[in-house]
Amino acid sequence: MKSAPFKYYVPSEIDEALELLYQLGDEAKILAGGQSLVPMLNYRLLSPANLLDINRVSELKRYSLTDEGLKIGAGVRQREIELSPEIELAFPVLHQALTNVAHVQIRNRGTICGSLAHADSAAELPSVMVALGAQMVIRSGVGDRAVKAEEFFKFHLTSDLEPAEILTEVHVPKLPAKTVGAFEEVTRRKGDFALVGAALLGQWDANGQIQNCRIVCSGVAPVPLRLRFAEDIVNGTDLSDQVLVNVQQSVMDSLDPTEDIHTSSHYRKIVTGVVVRRGLSRLVDQRGAANGSR
Amino acid sequence: MSQISEIKENLTVTNIGRGMIRREDPRLLTGQGKFIDDLPFSDFYEAAILRSPHAHARVVSIDTERALKLSGVIAIYTAADLEPIMKDLPPKVSHPKLNYQIRLPMVKEYANYVGEPIAVVVAENRYIAEDALDLIEIEYETLPAVASTHAALRKGGPKVHIGSESNVAVHIIQKAGDPEAALKTAPHVIRETFKITRGGGHSIEGRGVAARFDPITQQLTVWDNTQAPHYVRQMLATIYGMTEDEIRLIAPQDIGGGFGPKAQFYGEEVVIPWIVMQMKHPVKWVEDRWENFISATMERSQTHRVEVGFDEDGHLLVLKDVFEHDQGAYCVGLQVPTITMSTLPGPYVIPNIHSELISCYTNIVPTSSLRGAGRPQAVTVMERMMDRIAEHLGMEPAEIRRRNLIQPDQFPYAVGLLFRDGSPLTYDSGNYPALLEGAVDRIDIVKFRRDQAEARSQGRFLGLGLSMYVEGTGIGPYEGARVRLTNSGKILVTLAASPQGQGYETVYAQVAADAIGVDIDLVEVRHGDTSSIPYGQGTFASRVTATAGPAVWEASELLKSDLLAVAASLLKCDVSSLALSGNSVFIESEPERRVLLYDIALVSNVGRHGMSVPRDLPIAIERTAYFKPVQAVYSSGISAVIVEVDPETGKIEILKSLLGHDCGNVLNPMIVEGQILGGHAHGIGNAIYEEARYSEDGQPQAVSYLDYALPTAIEVPTPELFHVFSPSPLNPLGVKGAGEGGTIPVPGAVANAVEDALRPFGSRICELPLTPERVLRAIYDHD
Repeated sequence: MKSAPFKYYVPSEIDEALELLYQLGDEAKILAGGQSLVPMLNYRLLSPANLLDINRVSELKRYSLTDEGLKIGAGVRQREIELSPEIELAFPVLHQALTNVAHVQIRNRGTICGSLAHADSAAELPSVMVALGAQMVIRSGVGDRAVKAEEFFKFHLTSDLEPAEILTEVHVPKLPAKTVGAFEEVTRRKGDFALVGAALLGQWDANGQIQNCRIVCSGVAPVPLRLRFAEDIVNGTDLSDQVLVNVQQSVMDSLDPTEDIHTSSHYRKIVTGVVVRRGLSRLVDQRGAANGSR
Repeated sequence: MSQISEIKENLTVTNIGRGMIRREDPRLLTGQGKFIDDLPFSDFYEAAILRSPHAHARVVSIDTERALKLSGVIAIYTAADLEPIMKDLPPKVSHPKLNYQIRLPMVKEYANYVGEPIAVVVAENRYIAEDALDLIEIEYETLPAVASTHAALRKGGPKVHIGSESNVAVHIIQKAGDPEAALKTAPHVIRETFKITRGGGHSIEGRGVAARFDPITQQLTVWDNTQAPHYVRQMLATIYGMTEDEIRLIAPQDIGGGFGPKAQFYGEEVVIPWIVMQMKHPVKWVEDRWENFISATMERSQTHRVEVGFDEDGHLLVLKDVFEHDQGAYCVGLQVPTITMSTLPGPYVIPNIHSELISCYTNIVPTSSLRGAGRPQAVTVMERMMDRIAEHLGMEPAEIRRRNLIQPDQFPYAVGLLFRDGSPLTYDSGNYPALLEGAVDRIDIVKFRRDQAEARSQGRFLGLGLSMYVEGTGIGPYEGARVRLTNSGKILVTLAASPQGQGYETVYAQVAADAIGVDIDLVEVRHGDTSSIPYGQGTFASRVTATAGPAVWEASELLKSDLLAVAASLLKCDVSSLALSGNSVFIESEPERRVLLYDIALVSNVGRHGMSVPRDLPIAIERTAYFKPVQAVYSSGISAVIVEVDPETGKIEILKSLLGHDCGNVLNPMIVEGQILGGHAHGIGNAIYEEARYSEDGQPQAVSYLDYALPTAIEVPTPELFHVFSPSPLNPLGVKGAGEGGTIPVPGAVANAVEDALRPFGSRICELPLTPERVLRAIYDHD
């Protein structure tokens, strides 16, 4: 469990990092928090010729919360976002998801953007970013681009990033008024990747009906899975007990989840229905608060 | 504490029985522990080991040329280079009927499990050594693998060892009474099949071996974080053709957990010191976590087919259990399945018993003892059946147990089977009703049943599980201790056994201080170095308290008589007028007439060069004692667990965990409590989390803690503890082992609690660990 040899680069400016990456191409891996990469290096599951450490790039270590929303740089640790009371107030679902990410020690080192770039579909952050409609800001020596979270995740451990690109920032747009949210998951142990997880968002309208609901699941597919059919069932309803039962059944009937060492497809099928129903009932719990607060 | 008074009449016990803080703790808590990888082996080369990636393969060719060219690589050894030591590593516990398959230190031709060592790279450091592993080219001819006992027993299926007739390692039947007749006549007979998986030991520190050879003294010094230093020394002496005195084996002062896997003997332990002698350069190898997952012995599945017969009142009439045990690729020892065989009857009177073992080879890393060592499986089977009998008769599970317990006046109680030490399974002492009633009172079962009914009416599912066990501990053949008056007037206790966190430096100072009567601060304990005491066995099977404990006691008593005799000679008085306290011996009626231990050392140890001493003056104040138990001593206990099961996700929450424990007299309650808490964590892991999964072709599926669900402090509730004290009549301290009792009953109790919680669904809990998936299947998939 010792890494294969690699060359180590420590740029201090973003342009320097991009230039190095442009030269090294697919022979390089980017090191941010290292919470997934370093174990993979030690198990020799990865043996990149070059390691580009972006921890000294001060420009990437900032986050900001403005009227437009939240911007999180590639060097920002998960724990910083989790511990910000302003962010918890503005994006409670993001805060909830973060408290489910691994353990405190790992969140102290792990970065938000690192988890997204790693693109593990059983992780919490990819599904919550899809639910939040986040934008990925991607830079390279040849140009910059932005990609919607929903289009960023391509397959298990595979994102839209090209070898010479860095995910420098994630933008989470400000949530509409009266937005409610929930993050639910089932894990074997506290801090494990989700057997099944779900990030849910929606807005209660003046008639007591849920609108613009988003339901995005972790752990059930090679990418964060947005359950549009379930969203269609619940949008415009009052999320009555009958609606919840219907949506649970529909999720169970429709999904064909992945199977792995942790659990079977069948288990995930049943429990995704449960997790979605429980998440929706937490939106119900917040109906009064959402209407009363505005 | 009242139980201490029974140790010895007229003895002033001041240290034994006290919850003294461990002397080891300050260095461990401040990061000053000295583990094998902390030792300053600055001039040592480091080794890495190429391990078979296949569960079953013939090694056609090995090409090390490219690897040898890598800068920093010193040498590479394969079996072909190690012919003189390619000798059999025999099992610790064997049987005349064992279908024996030779285990070599490294693969010679056939690799029989993933992880089996094939080549050793020695390099300037471990990074380079691992780089070189990637450059060794091996051609394999892969062969069909056997990855379960079920596959092993399949007619016409592949064989684990090429050329062998059968995958059955051993088939043993033990009987008491007439079980066949009893099964025919019993008013009620119920049957079930259980599959129980134990996990790995997962000590924080992996295995490790380092060695240096001194060509001047011809002394081979081996540092090995083994649980059994003298055992390893003897194995090496035999294989190398050396005498035991030519090898000094040192178990480092601190070892980061043992739990059984470090009590076994491995090929790496043979190969590394041998290479050192060939190279004439010191080398160290420290196992990493990945290696620990695939190459340290573990315990795994047993499949039990059990029948019990009983009468209308729930009295047990007969127990018949036939079980398959996964021995792994080689027989490292038969201790685990033979312990399972004899642990089944537990604390119950069962007139007729049939216990049958079918142990199978598989193409998986060998199995061996791991905290509990075959007992958690046996106890789960028996205790699940006790609950089934209760269900069948509509009785409280506590009541069915109450009616069948061996009573305190029935000791010594002969079960009618043999224990793994070869002696009859005869329980020396115990008070099983006190354990049961202690748990029943603390749980308040009547109130629990009310709570359970109310919860069910709200759609919540609570369950209660009980589980009792009897555990053979303190086995032979012997353990030794040397007690010495040092020249500076202190007492040095040297143990043959080495600890892995059990606090020997504290406990045996307590024993020696009380036996001699000296101030405990004058007593120092050392351990784990074969050069300081010639013979020993080691730390395993919860045996050291009940073997080394009496050895320390006896050696200390002998030493005390020497001290008194010297003092009597110096003070010109009779021994009977003397007393010993603090750091001196004095005349009881004239306390000012005293000699210091230091003075005794000057006279009897240092002496005056060339001068004679009186005939009756003891000299060289040092005593060694070896304690030889006549048989095992039997600890016992009970686990009671209350769970809530989420029937939609299969998640189990433990609301309460209670452990009652009886290990006879308790030398240091704080250390015993620590042992029980640690054991309990292993038990929770076995019950709900840990599973060393293998694919059908024998590939390990869980080789990191991402995939192997070792529970953390978050998952393990703190149990409530209570003690019952039934001193053993078989040793002078009245003690029994305490290292495994926290583990043994817990899986059975959790399984019973989960089935109790899910009784409205008619769920059947027959397989552990209770992953959410298995729980959900128990709810959905049954008739």
